[in-house]
Amino acid sequence: MSAPPLVQIEGLCKVYAAGTQAQVVALDQVNLSIGRGEFVSIMGASGSGKSTLMNMIGCLDRPSSGRYLCDGVDVATLDAEQLARLRLEKIGFVFQTFNLLSRMDALHNVMMPLGYADVPLSERTERARAALEAVGLGDRLSHRPGELSGGQQQRVSIARALINRPTLILADEPTGALDSRTSLEVLQLFKSLQGQGHTIVLITHEVDIAHQADRICVMRDGRLFEGEQPLGAAA
Amino acid sequence: MTLTDTLRTAVFALRGNWMRSALTSLGVIIGIAAVIVMVSVGQGTQAEIDKLVSGLGANRLDISGGAPNTGGIRGGAGSNATLTDQDAAAIREQIPEVQYVAAGIRGGSQLVYGENNWSSSWQGVQPDFFDINGWKLATGPGLESSDYSSATKAVVIGETVRRELFGDEDPIGQSLRIGKVPFRVVGVLAPKGQGGFGQDQDDVIMVPLETARRRLSGASGAPPGTVRQIALGVARSEDLAYVQEEVEALLRERHHIAAGEEDDFTVRNISEMVATRTQTTRIMSLLLGAVAGISLLVGGIGIMNIMLVSVTERIREIGLRMAVGAGPRDIQRQFLAEAMLISFGGGVIGTLIGIAGALLSAELGSLPVQLDWQVVALAAGCSVATGLFFGFYPARKAAQLDPIEALRHQG
Repeated sequence: MSAPPLVQIEGLCKVYAAGTQAQVVALDQVNLSIGRGEFVSIMGASGSGKSTLMNMIGCLDRPSSGRYLCDGVDVATLDAEQLARLRLEKIGFVFQTFNLLSRMDALHNVMMPLGYADVPLSERTERARAALEAVGLGDRLSHRPGELSGGQQQRVSIARALINRPTLILADEPTGALDSRTSLEVLQLFKSLQGQGHTIVLITHEVDIAHQADRICVMRDGRLFEGEQPLGAAA
Repeated sequence: MTLTDTLRTAVFALRGNWMRSALTSLGVIIGIAAVIVMVSVGQGTQAEIDKLVSGLGANRLDISGGAPNTGGIRGGAGSNATLTDQDAAAIREQIPEVQYVAAGIRGGSQLVYGENNWSSSWQGVQPDFFDINGWKLATGPGLESSDYSSATKAVVIGETVRRELFGDEDPIGQSLRIGKVPFRVVGVLAPKGQGGFGQDQDDVIMVPLETARRRLSGASGAPPGTVRQIALGVARSEDLAYVQEEVEALLRERHHIAAGEEDDFTVRNISEMVATRTQTTRIMSLLLGAVAGISLLVGGIGIMNIMLVSVTERIREIGLRMAVGAGPRDIQRQFLAEAMLISFGGGVIGTLIGIAGALLSAELGSLPVQLDWQVVALAAGCSVATGLFFGFYPARKAAQLDPIEALRHQG
C-alpha cells in the first residue's frame, strides 16, 4: 500500500477580484502531485502565478476552486486556526529576505515556532541549538541577524524551518539575496535535507538553481507545465 | 501557546521598546493614582460629614438669643439673653412635633482634681440635652432627675477631661472642683472624637442647668431665668421646616414682637446645613471621580494608540509568526497581553503612587482621607479592564491580518 502524495493538487484555480473588470486568474487549472522525499523546483517569471502557487502549497491561502490535499487533508475545509495548525505541524518556510526577527538572537529566532506548538522551554532550547548546529551555526547562537552575513542568516531561517520537523520545506527564492557561492552552499544544505527525508519545494527564477532539483515545473500565465525546458522563463 | 509563553513574548516585545512602553503606562499610572487619591479624599470628606452629623444629632433645631443679622453694632447670636426657661417649656407644650427640648447655658472654668487642673468649658443642661446631642454614658449613672430638680452639684465629664484629670483612676464618685465649687462626678461620656470643625468634642463637662445658674455663671449679669440657647429634637426630619416656622411664630408672640420688627432670637437648622454640605461633597466627589476617570480614559486611549502603531510596525513579524504556525488567536493574545501588561504595570505603580499621594495629602494638605482596600482593588481592576478594553481592537486588527499580505508588507 503506497502512501498518498504529500501534495496533491487537482484543477486548482485562484481568481482575484472575481466578476469585476480587474479580475485576475492567478492559477488556472493547475495539477501537481509531489511525493514524499522529492525535491521539486517551480520556475516562472514574475506575475506568472508562482508566488500564488507557493502560498497555496504553503497553506497560507485557500483555492477559489479545485482541490488541494496537503498530506491527505483538504485545505478548503479548514478555517484560519486550523490552517495555522497545519502549517505549524507540516510546513517549514524559507524566505528570500530571511524574515528573521531583528530583535532576537539566532537561537530565539529558531525556537520561536516551537512556542506555538507548546513545546517545553528546555526542549525548545535544545532542539534550536541542535538545528543551528545542523546548519553549521553552532557557534553563532547568540548573534542577532544584523551580526550575521546573508548566507548565515539564510541558514538560520532554514534551521527555523526545520525546527518543527516538517514534512514539507517550502523555499521561496531562498538564494535570491545571496551571491553565487553562498547560493551553492544553501543549495547543498537543501540537498542534504532531502537526503534526510524532507520534501523540498523550491521556487526560483534562476535556471541553474532550478536544475539542482529532481523535477522542474514551470508556471506561465497561471498554468503549470512540467518536464519542459523552461527557456525564456529566466527573465 | 501557553500563558507563560504569551507573557514572555509580550515582555520581550515591551522591553524592546521600553521607553515607549514606560511613557504609555505613564498615562495609566496618572489615571490610577488620580482615581485613588480623588476617591480617598472624597470618601474621607464624606466620613467627616457623617461624623459631624452623628456628633450633632440628627433632626435638630437650635435657638439662640439675639438677632442673626443686625444693623449697628451688637453682639453675635446668643449674646442677648432673651430666651427663658418658659420659652422652652412653651415650645414643649404647644408644638407636639417637638420630641426633645433642652435649654442651656455655658461657660468656661478651671477644673481641679487633686494635683491636676485643666481648663475646660462647662454646660448647664436639661435632661433632653443628651438625647438631642447623641451623648452616651460610658460609665456612671449620669445626671438623675433629682439632680435637675434639686440643683445638686453633680457633674458628667467628657473623655478628655477624664484623661487629663483622673488618668488611670476611676472618677465616679470623686470630687471635682469647678472653679472653687466642689462637684461629685456621676458619669463619664462615651468619646465622640474630633468634631466636624476640628474641635475636641470630648473636652467638656455637663451639670444641671439650675446648678450652673446658681454655682457657676456667677456675676454674668444675665437676668434670672434666662438661657443662652434652646436645642430642639424633632422626631421626623420632614417636620423640621414646619417646626421651625411654628417655633418662630410662638417666640415672636411670646416676646411681643410686632409684624415687621426684627426677631430677638435666631433659629438655625443645622441638619439642613449638613444636608447641603453632604450634597456639595457628593457633587465634589462625583466631579473628582469624573476627572480621575477621564485621565484613566486618556491613558487607555494612549495604550490603544501605541498598540495600533505597534501592530502597524510589526506587520511583517505578524505575517512571519502566522506563517510558522501562529493562529489568529495566538496573535490576538500576544497583543492583548502587551496592552494588559502596560496597563497592569501602570496600575500597580499608579496604585503605589496613589496610596502615597493620599497619605501625603492627609499629612501635608490636612485633607480628610479615607483609604479603603476596595478603592485600591477597584483601581487595580480598572487598570486591567483598561488594558483589555483598549487593547482589544488593535489585537483584533493584528489577528485579522492576512498572512500573505502581512509577509509582503514593506517597511
